[in-house]
Amino acid sequence: MGADFVTLSLTPLLIGTLAAIACALPGNFLVLRRQALIGDAISHVVLPGVVVAFLITGTVSTWPMLLGAAGAAVVAVVLIELIKRVGRIEPGAAMGVTFTSLFAAGVLLLEQSDTSGVHLDVEHALYGNLESLIWFSGEGWHSLLDPAALADLPPELFRMAAAALLISLLVVLFWRPLKISTFDEGFAGAVGIPTTLFSFGLVITAAVAAVAAFDAVGSIIVIAMFICPPAAARLMTNRLELQVLWSVAFAVLSAVLGYVLAGYGPLWLGGQIAVSAAGMIATVSGVILALACLFAPHRARIGAPKGS
Amino acid sequence: MSAATLELASDEGRQIAHPAPAESPLAVRELTVSYGEKPAVFSVDATVPAGSMTAIIGPNGAGKSTLLKAALGIVPRISGRVLVFGQPLAQAMHRIAYVPQRASVDWDFPTRVLDVVLMGLYRELGLLGLVRRQHRERALACLERVGMAEFAGRQIGQLSGGQQQRVFLARALAQNADLYLLDEPFAGVDAATEKAIIDVLKALKAEQRTVVCVHHDLATVTQYFDHVLLINLRKIAEGPVATAFTAENLQKTYGGRLATAHIDQLKLPTV
Repeated sequence: MGADFVTLSLTPLLIGTLAAIACALPGNFLVLRRQALIGDAISHVVLPGVVVAFLITGTVSTWPMLLGAAGAAVVAVVLIELIKRVGRIEPGAAMGVTFTSLFAAGVLLLEQSDTSGVHLDVEHALYGNLESLIWFSGEGWHSLLDPAALADLPPELFRMAAAALLISLLVVLFWRPLKISTFDEGFAGAVGIPTTLFSFGLVITAAVAAVAAFDAVGSIIVIAMFICPPAAARLMTNRLELQVLWSVAFAVLSAVLGYVLAGYGPLWLGGQIAVSAAGMIATVSGVILALACLFAPHRARIGAPKGS
Repeated sequence: MSAATLELASDEGRQIAHPAPAESPLAVRELTVSYGEKPAVFSVDATVPAGSMTAIIGPNGAGKSTLLKAALGIVPRISGRVLVFGQPLAQAMHRIAYVPQRASVDWDFPTRVLDVVLMGLYRELGLLGLVRRQHRERALACLERVGMAEFAGRQIGQLSGGQQQRVFLARALAQNADLYLLDEPFAGVDAATEKAIIDVLKALKAEQRTVVCVHHDLATVTQYFDHVLLINLRKIAEGPVATAFTAENLQKTYGGRLATAHIDQLKLPTV
């Protein structure tokens, strides 16, 4: 692995890995709270948000896109709550209705607006553009010590690193109340933990991960990483502390293995071209979950035996 | 400010500070709670005497659990006041331990028995306080009190219903509170667990602590409790078992759903 690797693959690998970690961390709590679909919802509504931001500003630069996506995520969360309360519809259905209609609206909006001059389309929203995040100045491992070359790293890398770092810090800092309120909301409220704030904060954190990851890796990875690594990790252990570590390990494994398989897998099979890295990373995470379902040590959910 | 107003102000100050007729651990005034448009608890006044063992009794959907949750601030109240040891809830929260219904949580949650008991030390440990050996020992001692010490390392999903209930009680013991609020602690538990729980609750009472249980089994009321609060949306009656737990009040609470023959079997106190 030499200069080519540094130029072509190092940054996509890092960005994919950071995105996977940023999504898997809040995913653990979402899955345990049976809110895994929230991640799905948020990553879909990012599309209309980005399109609206583009229509308003006329550019695809970072900050308008992020603000648009964040705005859409907030709109979606509010809509879901509204549909739940006003329509008295169960949460899963409320989420499903909200994110599919907003995503569809985003597709229509995108089709009707002139985005020919910029890189913005539905495929981009789904798969991202991981492979194109090339480090042009990265001419070899020595470039890692060259300030000029480092300044030329794709901005997505810094954005994703900042998001992953922020989310990790939040999880560590609020670990205890987050764990207690996820397990037993009533008790949490009675010991003074602001449970509504935490459940809203968790959704916002997931939205931050989804929005930061969206541009670089697309929504397929985001959705897969919210659910697959945490779900597989749950089957590996009966302790939340270890589950979260396992989920990070699975997220990293999915990103690295998926990226490598996408790039080289078809070649090994005699094919000519590489396949989508985002698609392969998500697929690998699904395969890991399937393997965990079959072979993981704690896959048997032991029901409470009767009597004591 | 003149001397006269000063005196008036201090007079008022004294008046506010004084009225402490053996402050009740839990007093609610005109408490109303509603889910949607339908009220669940309507204008309930109740005073739990210090050191008592009080049962909250009423039919399903009468608002018993809701009353507890509203008193704890877990569900929002529409109107009314809650005083805990004479203070607003926010200032006295640390003196309460709450045991929710066992069925309200997912016992598949990835955690061990000892970790659940350690949750009872949350107020003490705070966000980032390290769990030290003394904390673990205290949690273990609480498990010992409910006869569950040997299960400390088990995943909670591997326990029976009765054992899970005892773990919840141990978590409340770890809070070292003055007022214990339990939501149906005897629901669906085996006889051994029921005995273990009532022994612990009686020990708490002997330590001058106050215990309030939402309770379903009318047959054990006279045996376990000394005070009752009968509610069905509104308060029907409250007071010592001897005077408030009467056939007449039960008929009012259960709205004729309780057969007379059933009431006869309850060995009600003769008034």
